[in-house]
Amino acid sequence: MDSTASEKPQQKARKLKDFSDGTKRYRYTLMVVSIIGGFLLWAVITLIPTINTFLASPKQVFAALIAESMANGRYFKDISISLQRVLVGFGLAFICSIPVAFLMGWYPTVRNLVEPWIQFMRTIPPIALIPLVILAMGLGEPPKYTIIFIAAFLVMVVTIYQGVKEVDKTLIRAAYTFGASDKDLFFDIVIPASFPYILVGARLGMAASLTTLIAAELTGTTFGLGARIQGAQQFMDTSIVLLGIITIGIIGFVLDKILLLIEKKLTKWK
Amino acid sequence: MAEALISIKRVHKEYKVEKGANVNALNGVTLDIEKNEFVCVVGPSGCGKTTLLNIIAGLETFDSGSVSMHGQPIVGPAPERGVIFQQYALFPWMTVRKNIEYGLKFIRKPVQVEQTDASGKKEIVTVMQKFTTEEKRRLSDHYIKMVNLSGFENSFPKALSGGMKQRVAIARGYALNPEVLLMDEPFGALDAQTRAQLQEDLLKTWEKEKKTVFFITHDVDEAVLLASKVVIMSARPGQIKEIVDIDLPYPRTQATKLEEGFIRYKNYVWDTVYKMYLEIPK
Repeated sequence: MDSTASEKPQQKARKLKDFSDGTKRYRYTLMVVSIIGGFLLWAVITLIPTINTFLASPKQVFAALIAESMANGRYFKDISISLQRVLVGFGLAFICSIPVAFLMGWYPTVRNLVEPWIQFMRTIPPIALIPLVILAMGLGEPPKYTIIFIAAFLVMVVTIYQGVKEVDKTLIRAAYTFGASDKDLFFDIVIPASFPYILVGARLGMAASLTTLIAAELTGTTFGLGARIQGAQQFMDTSIVLLGIITIGIIGFVLDKILLLIEKKLTKWK
Repeated sequence: MAEALISIKRVHKEYKVEKGANVNALNGVTLDIEKNEFVCVVGPSGCGKTTLLNIIAGLETFDSGSVSMHGQPIVGPAPERGVIFQQYALFPWMTVRKNIEYGLKFIRKPVQVEQTDASGKKEIVTVMQKFTTEEKRRLSDHYIKMVNLSGFENSFPKALSGGMKQRVAIARGYALNPEVLLMDEPFGALDAQTRAQLQEDLLKTWEKEKKTVFFITHDVDEAVLLASKVVIMSARPGQIKEIVDIDLPYPRTQATKLEEGFIRYKNYVWDTVYKMYLEIPK
């Protein structure tokens, strides 16, 4: 029997940095610690009256949550209206960005005609477009959809178009040697190869939609999480402001996780 | 003399690199590839060997000269000229089986069918038909077995090692039953053992099917072991320096490398290649 097998090494090996995330248990434990720690810190600093005047305590935010959802049900109305705006704006952008991105990737003429405008528009914060959009569309829902649409569309077009352009050229050459026509190449190779980029684009577009939501709801509305935050600011009701912020954060987190799940399902081969 | 399977005559090709500086990739290359030959091309990097392969494949154009197959000019890629790339070029979203079957959708096979014409006379005519799903499956099964990948039919390429990926690429190349296989340093990225194994497998397949192969490598050992004809190319300008017929009997195996004849050829080819290498200004 090998007697050295069970012997411990005499020196403890130096732990080298390997940039790993650690075990699953380690990760989840730290996540819970982080969340609880954050709440505790928040609870403690809001005990200081000067801070509490501009930052509501967790207890106050929880009270606001109960009041907003129980008393008048406004909370859920805000959520559903905001969610609707995000999903409509994002959905339209998703549907439009895919063909535009593929046309840009496939035809150099389209690419060269459209790209300068996309690059130009990308640097403009959507919020700057609000006056024009209101003048053009008035105060109903369409201006909100439009603002979100623009933000999400630009992000998605750029991402997906990059994907189309960066399809591995060896795969294209391989397909040609099999006898593929340009049409076969587009449907059999280019589309599936850019699939991961479509999904990444969707996630970036969703994030852009949510960040633009507040801007979109500045265009005159009484309902919606953005509008609610705006309104509460005027009454210095920071508990409702924080409630709105946290809610938007949670919605963003959940939507991103859903898209991530779809991505994992659809690109198992990656 | 009968026309060679592939005939390359005085092919010139220049690449434009920045501001007027042109690289003479191919300078009057003339080469015949006969049916059932195993041609290996060796030469230093920059000698235009990959350019030559791409031109035969129809993936690249050239400035002057002619390239033809069966006397017909090559104007673009076609399944009669299968290409195996160094980077495997497997479609990552397709399983091993799907990768092998994909190219079959472009291939038509002749089928004899009985037809009745207007006057009621029956006749046998040949029509070109697509492969059915079952036929594709049978073919992919056959070639998966040939490259020893049974059990991996439904794996995606990412789950395979480099050697396995190249086996899939080779199976895919053979499944389309091309008249000539163009292989661009197919084993260049593999470790020594895998390379030796795949060389033997390729030899065995070639000895059995006698499919014409045009094989590019920078490894002199590999070239002499595989080829019936080694083409030595020189760089700047890229041209054919010498063609050496390798008069060693098949079947060959890794053990062939120990034979005196092999060593003589190898030394000869290596000396020629290395002399050219030393002449290149560095």
